[in-house]
Amino acid sequence: MSTNNLTTSPLRRQRQKAVEASKGKTGQLAWLAVPALIFFIVFAIIPLAGVFLLSFTTWDGIGAISVAGIANWLSVFTDPGMYHALWLTFVVMILSWIIQTPISLLLGTFTAGSQKYRALLAVLYFLPLLLSSAAIAIAYKALLDPNFGLAAGLHLPFLAQDWLGNPNLALGVVIFVIAWQFVPFHTLIYQGGVRQIPRSIYEAAEIDGAGRVKQFFFITVPQLKYTIITSSTLMTVGSLTYFDLIFVLTNGGPGNATRILPLDMYLTGFRANLMGPASVTAVVLVVIGLVMALVLQRLGGKDRTGSQLEGM
Amino acid sequence: MEHNTTSRRSFLTLAGLAPLAVWGLSACGTSGPGSSSAKGASMWSVSGDPNETIRKNSIDAFGKANAGSEIKVTFFQNDAYKTKIKTAIGADQAPTIIYGWGGGVLKSYAAASQVEDLTSWFADNAAVKEKLFESAFGAATIDGKIYAIPATTVQPIIFYYNKELFSKAGAQPPKTWDDLLTLTKTFNDLGIAPIALAGQSRWTSMMWLEYMFDRVGGPEVFTNIFNNKADAWSDPAALEALKKIQELVTAGGFIKGFSSITADSNADQALLYTGKAAMMLHGAWTYGGMKNDGGDFVPGGNLGWVDFPAVEGGKGDPKNAVGNPSNYLSISAKASDSDKEAAKKFFAEGLLATAEVDAYIASGSVPVVNGLEDKFSTSDDKDFLSYVYTLSKDAPSYQQSWDQALSPTASEALLNNIDQLFVGSITPEEFASNMNATIGK
Repeated sequence: MSTNNLTTSPLRRQRQKAVEASKGKTGQLAWLAVPALIFFIVFAIIPLAGVFLLSFTTWDGIGAISVAGIANWLSVFTDPGMYHALWLTFVVMILSWIIQTPISLLLGTFTAGSQKYRALLAVLYFLPLLLSSAAIAIAYKALLDPNFGLAAGLHLPFLAQDWLGNPNLALGVVIFVIAWQFVPFHTLIYQGGVRQIPRSIYEAAEIDGAGRVKQFFFITVPQLKYTIITSSTLMTVGSLTYFDLIFVLTNGGPGNATRILPLDMYLTGFRANLMGPASVTAVVLVVIGLVMALVLQRLGGKDRTGSQLEGM
Repeated sequence: MEHNTTSRRSFLTLAGLAPLAVWGLSACGTSGPGSSSAKGASMWSVSGDPNETIRKNSIDAFGKANAGSEIKVTFFQNDAYKTKIKTAIGADQAPTIIYGWGGGVLKSYAAASQVEDLTSWFADNAAVKEKLFESAFGAATIDGKIYAIPATTVQPIIFYYNKELFSKAGAQPPKTWDDLLTLTKTFNDLGIAPIALAGQSRWTSMMWLEYMFDRVGGPEVFTNIFNNKADAWSDPAALEALKKIQELVTAGGFIKGFSSITADSNADQALLYTGKAAMMLHGAWTYGGMKNDGGDFVPGGNLGWVDFPAVEGGKGDPKNAVGNPSNYLSISAKASDSDKEAAKKFFAEGLLATAEVDAYIASGSVPVVNGLEDKFSTSDDKDFLSYVYTLSKDAPSYQQSWDQALSPTASEALLNNIDQLFVGSITPEEFASNMNATIGK
């Protein structure tokens, strides 16, 4: 062993030195992450711990806080409203994914092209991204008014439905407006992803006689695997925070038809002044969000750091 | 290597900026209007003209006359305000003067010692108290102590109708619930919606329940609920009232698609003044809106109003009214002494001073001030103003709006259940049992 060490070439020793030096450097630089870490702890970890503690208390948001034990947890988990809200949350999540993913994928692929008119259309597609959720919700509320909305303005009587009053239609409207708001964002992600795919793969496919459709399904989609995972993670975990839009658009109504879990949490906490049960819901949401994110990351496969461009 | 250096450098920049961002955020936190440490008295109020301008003018006038006691006012949209003020009070960031609706919410503030007890101040300033409607102090009084001053106008809920459509149909405004059901058929046959309702806002539908509970069972039905009597929502009169309302919904009394209509945009008022709907139950505050937006509708004398129909065999006096007795101003218990003094001075000298009273009357509202009969006679709206004034003053019972009177927990459950009742997804019995569960909460 010792002889081995002695016979180590000078070159190798030098390289080892460099590695050690760089290790030391990272150690010294680690403290630079401290400000960001503090930021994260103050604005994410501490509130999270606070919510967890609050879930075991009774508090109306104004007066004194008193310990309630597991009463809140029991009341939330025996409340049928909670399961209804949970079910709706998953319905919104899944339908949003099913609707948004293909549209974003196709639009992203389309706008990734280099033609001038595509760039112009891309700008128009991205407009909803600039609007706040509240503004979008108010605008849609006005447009969907059965007497003075779009139907009356365009003289199209079939548009005069009970959009926000019929429980099924209202849920559809919510999913549609969410898609309208977020498709531009995911289109942007896919556009970036498509532009990363090397031209040479397409050229090779063309030589092999693959048409546009085949190229899309056998090159674009597989090459976008990680983009799809990223976009899906944002979509599904993001749907656990859909609140502002639905709050302004339907306020969870009619009845409970669009009262998804994040909205239920807000209404329980800040409208009904029941901070304890609302905190239980918040903890449930955090757990669901973490599990969803983990599952989606796992879907990417174990070797997810490996290159998709191997052999290129 | 080159690439690594760049990314490390940008990481350094980001890490360096993070504390700045924290500093920026905290700066925002302290410069907001909510800070109780800010110099001078502050006030939060609810936006929406004409009342916003009227209040702003009277505060400006008070500030000019009282240099050093100026009050800084910030206006917020109604629904947003209700949440914001609750959060601010819970975080000890309340403004000096808190705008509110009295009742259950004020009770929760008082229970947490967040608002100043004004009882002794009113005892010392008897003239201020005597100037205002006696009945308006009810919703400001908790356990015999006064925590707020009635500060705006009296807003009973009024049964409006479109006179033009009624004469077209050859019909008379309803005197009884059965008349209303007949009118429903009359107007539906003419292709006119009988009743405008902004059901999406939920408290709009609640007004129907408030009147029906009274007309069927008298004011005691809600008094029992308010006093947390067990199973008070299952009172036979309550179930009867709920059943009658669902019958009216099924009979097509309310405009098609009412659940999609929102009161925020005043679409329900527009239905009445554009002749798309014949009747509407709404607050007295909508008169000013319809006068402004309805063109010739109000000045032309096409807007009519009557007492809410009686129910045959019902116990409630047809003269009973429901609605908001007033809006209220309270003083934050956490404010500094000098700010509290400025606020009290405003209550005594600036609030509902002559100019403000005149401005409210000119806008078509009745301020909660005694002895205004003579002022109405010169107004364009004298008929309406006198009606509101007498209705509010002479009502044997004036019930405060339920969502204000009840605790926030109960009123949230109430609005949610009303929504489902009107959509028909729950029965009156289910409504009652859901609401019984909230009694005492």
